[in-house]
Amino acid sequence: MKIDWAALGSVFGVSLLATVLLVGLFTLGIMGLSKQEAATEQGGSASLAVTGAYACFALCAAAVAYGIFLIVT
Amino acid sequence: MEHFTLLLAIVVAVALVFDFTNGFHDTANAMATTISTGAMKPKAAVAMSAVLNLVGAFLSVEVAKTISSGLVREDGIQPEVILAALVGAILWNLLTWLVGLPSSSSHALMGGLIGATVASIGFSGVNGDVVVTKVLIPAIAAPVVAGLAAMLATRLTYKLGKNVGEKSSAKGYRAGQIASAGLVSLAHGTNDAQKTMGIITLALVAGGALAPGSNPPVWVIVSAGMAIALGTYLGGWRIIRTMGKGLTDLQPQQGFAAQTSAAAVILASSNLGFSLSTTHSCSGAVMGAGLGRKGGVVRWSTATRMFVAWGLTLPAAGLMAAGAEFVARQGDWGVAVVAVFLVVSCAGIWLYSRRQVVDHTNVNEVEPATPVADEPGVVTTAIAAVTPPPTVAAEAAEALASDVPVVKTTISAPTPAADSTQPAGATA
Repeated sequence: MKIDWAALGSVFGVSLLATVLLVGLFTLGIMGLSKQEAATEQGGSASLAVTGAYACFALCAAAVAYGIFLIVT
Repeated sequence: MEHFTLLLAIVVAVALVFDFTNGFHDTANAMATTISTGAMKPKAAVAMSAVLNLVGAFLSVEVAKTISSGLVREDGIQPEVILAALVGAILWNLLTWLVGLPSSSSHALMGGLIGATVASIGFSGVNGDVVVTKVLIPAIAAPVVAGLAAMLATRLTYKLGKNVGEKSSAKGYRAGQIASAGLVSLAHGTNDAQKTMGIITLALVAGGALAPGSNPPVWVIVSAGMAIALGTYLGGWRIIRTMGKGLTDLQPQQGFAAQTSAAAVILASSNLGFSLSTTHSCSGAVMGAGLGRKGGVVRWSTATRMFVAWGLTLPAAGLMAAGAEFVARQGDWGVAVVAVFLVVSCAGIWLYSRRQVVDHTNVNEVEPATPVADEPGVVTTAIAAVTPPPTVAAEAAEALASDVPVVKTTISAPTPAADSTQPAGATA
């Protein structure tokens, strides 16, 4: 019997890394938006935070697109 | 299609029924967390999942060349063996749905194929090694991988986002959950609808209606896609409730972490050559997310029932399939008996389920405390036999074992009511 431990290990590593990275990025994005929300309440703006937030969301969207690419091919 | 016999027609119809049960059994995988955290309305969630399943069925042109991944010898397989395998898988899917437990449809199908093959040509037709590498190890690895990823991700998102305003977090996690749930649905459509197409094609080839090595005809692709989408849309609300509410209480952050972990595991595993079951990954992710929140709790009694169901999937579907094969091989009347038996038992299980309806209106409620069943099925009895019925004492012990007893007790307050329902019914 041959068990492909290497494949299992890489599935483990990739899943763990991808999940934590994506969730982390997404949370950073939400933090950015939240900063903006707080800033608008005080009449200011937090353009740097918003730009960062959208960059995070864009990366997440790219990950989703890559996921769709993996499904389709 | 001059060779399109009655047997073949029955096999195709039964394969589509399996596809349908596969759809509604697995709606929970994609949508349970989305529904329970309120990110989408129940009906909208299943509708979206159904559409994506349908799209998924048409997306990939790669044919499921092998339906059992080398588990059984597929050359020279007879249509009635396929029929028997499908019967075993369908019945197991319906029984687990009745008791509201998520279990892998692929494992049910594999179990059915093993059982039917053994009954047909003996143990020589089954590759024992493959059973271990493709079924047993993935069944253990999937929830561990997905659970760990979801747990770490949940911790991270709570840690990072503790100062985040209510409004942006509610909106953000909602969008994130919908996206990751959509990915899971799409992946499910490509994988599982393909599986049914493969089965029907195999049956058509075995029955002589199609030349060996041909691609599935268009009507097969269309009908398989429609069957899985319809099943998904009708929704296995009982299983959705168990996954979304029964295993743990999920907040949007946890739902997002769980769904992302499930999507990552499914995509990674199917592309890195070590297939893991969708159902096992999703259930593991939900439990991991439950553990990742401070004060979060997993209802281990429900989880244990689910693990027992996973363990029983292969043998139970196999035994039912073996019985079906034994009858079906007797000739035309045997096939007729099996077909009638399938229809009658499906109708019976459905009627039985009507005693306590779970649908989109009450999917997010915990189960009521009134005992439901008085005639336990084989499965409920078996599960109840191996699982000690959760009692208030057990809950108290669980709460005591926790390091934050106060938080835990308050959170798990509705648990005894929720958990005592099924075992109470089963042992009554």
